[in-house]
Amino acid sequence: MSTASAPAPAPAPAPSPARTRKTLPRPAQRNLLRDTGIVMMRELRPVLRDPFSLVFGMIQPLVFLALFGPLLVGSLGGQAGGTIGGNVWQWFVPAILVMTALFGTSATGSNLLFEFQTGAHERMLVTPLSRPSLLIGRSLKEMVPLAGQAVIIIAVMMPFGFRLYPAGALAGLAMLAVFGIGLGSFSYALAIAVRKQEWMFWVVQQTLIFPLMILSGMLLPLETGPGWMRVAAGFNPLAYVVDAERALFEGELVSSTVALGWVAALATAAVGLTVGIRAMIRSGN
Amino acid sequence: MIRTRSLTKDFVVSRTQTVHAVRGISLEIEPGELVAVLGPNGAGKTTTMRMLTTLIPPTSGTATVAGHDVVAEPAEVRRQIGYVGQGNGAGHTQRVRDELYSQGVIYGLDRRAARQRCDELLEALDLKELTARKVSDLSGGQRRRLDVAMGLVHAPSLLFLDEPSTGLDPQNRANLWEHILAMRTAYDMTIVLTTHYLDEADSMAERVVIVDHGEVIADDTAETLKANLAGDRIVVTTTEDAAHRLAQLASQLPGARDLVTDGAAARVEARVSDGPGALPELMRAAEQSGVRITTAQVHRPTLDDVFLTLTGRSLREAGSDQSTAAPDSAPRKDAA
Repeated sequence: MSTASAPAPAPAPAPSPARTRKTLPRPAQRNLLRDTGIVMMRELRPVLRDPFSLVFGMIQPLVFLALFGPLLVGSLGGQAGGTIGGNVWQWFVPAILVMTALFGTSATGSNLLFEFQTGAHERMLVTPLSRPSLLIGRSLKEMVPLAGQAVIIIAVMMPFGFRLYPAGALAGLAMLAVFGIGLGSFSYALAIAVRKQEWMFWVVQQTLIFPLMILSGMLLPLETGPGWMRVAAGFNPLAYVVDAERALFEGELVSSTVALGWVAALATAAVGLTVGIRAMIRSGN
Repeated sequence: MIRTRSLTKDFVVSRTQTVHAVRGISLEIEPGELVAVLGPNGAGKTTTMRMLTTLIPPTSGTATVAGHDVVAEPAEVRRQIGYVGQGNGAGHTQRVRDELYSQGVIYGLDRRAARQRCDELLEALDLKELTARKVSDLSGGQRRRLDVAMGLVHAPSLLFLDEPSTGLDPQNRANLWEHILAMRTAYDMTIVLTTHYLDEADSMAERVVIVDHGEVIADDTAETLKANLAGDRIVVTTTEDAAHRLAQLASQLPGARDLVTDGAAARVEARVSDGPGALPELMRAAEQSGVRITTAQVHRPTLDDVFLTLTGRSLREAGSDQSTAAPDSAPRKDAA
């Protein structure tokens, strides 16, 4: 919408009640897709209206890539060829995208906490919006900037030898979106659970996110770590997603690694949505 | 428009403690009424409103709002009602017009209708200059007007206002009410509001429902409540030695009760059924018995006097006691 869309100056007299009523059409049938779209657009508007923070948000992963990437090359040194393949960027770029999604979606519950405080969430609970849409729309919103970030990262890294496989990259982003909806839902469920002691949100989020991240082999290959870590990673859905993303960004569309990634992402989404929607329904209390 | 039958709400605070926030409220509100629900903090006002707006399910009893049961058909109820809660309905990161537009789309307006509706409401609620402003940059009064605009976006036939003017200065309160009343005429709305401002309930509402300890303890027009339950109060002072004789005279006035004699200050107070008529009468009687009246006042009753008569407590002081206070579900909801 735009503020420039206002019609010509309104006639002075106040509209008669009867007329005003009539101009309001009968509300459309509710459907989850439409509601989700409404919630997502509502969440996106403040982002799009603030280009400054948008630009900073977009280049944030690049900064990390630029600072961490060279260290990775240096510390792995000669091993690089063995454990992560010849091209460090090919290994690292998908991981950065997963990391961006991980941080974005796991923190997204804090936005909801804020809307709990102000009363905006309560207001939305009294509207006819379906409860799941309040959750899915918000989680999906995190994926829009991520898609932008992916484009930027890929564009910047291609001159450094990153090879793009478009179909694989698209499938990779789709998988991330599925995983992100799940993780975002968990984040919202957490926010709803701790809404009376808000500081708990960050305590729990920070406590969980680092083990989850390190035990996924996202930043450093687990192959060089001790055996127990590799065992622990076997229980971490994120580890399967990271492996699958690397495979997809290598152009490998169908393989057992990719299939396991989809299973992990879908399972995260299914459990996350179940937990999250339950929490959302009770959040009026 | 609203019909509740023995509506109750218990909050389980811990294994050993259950709070009975609402204990059997039966209400009947007709289309077009403007009803104020008045009561101290923790009386159950907000809890009742949260049940009527489908935010929380009742523990027992039934409620039909705008023709639909709040438990069986919450979605239908939500479609029909407008709600302005205690907090700020508009998200703080949003721009004024964006949030109002979203609200319109949520209620099923298509883009054009939503835009048109935004223009109407921004104009009507004096927000036209602020369309591109971020909600967090608005003043308290502006934010409240935006909340009301959002509650009206689908021209609901029933509007709930939960403490609409709390925290606003008198000027902004008056301004907000001007807008609410104008909207009420324009849309032919039924309005139910909670408040702990006595004067607000008194001057704005056509019907006052007084709630205490989760129950309705009085329900009538403010005028009738005041006349029946409080009555006028006269305060007269006399010379030092005559207070007791004056008190005796005052006790013979029509409807005299609650006589208070302060010998030291030579002051007599009494409730009477007709203050302006009783005072000259008392003065005549005093003159005849040689009592000199030095000052005389008539106090018209307030709703606080009504509450005092009903409960023995003043509304101004303090909320209900611990056993009935609703638990804080969030800091801003403490005025349950």
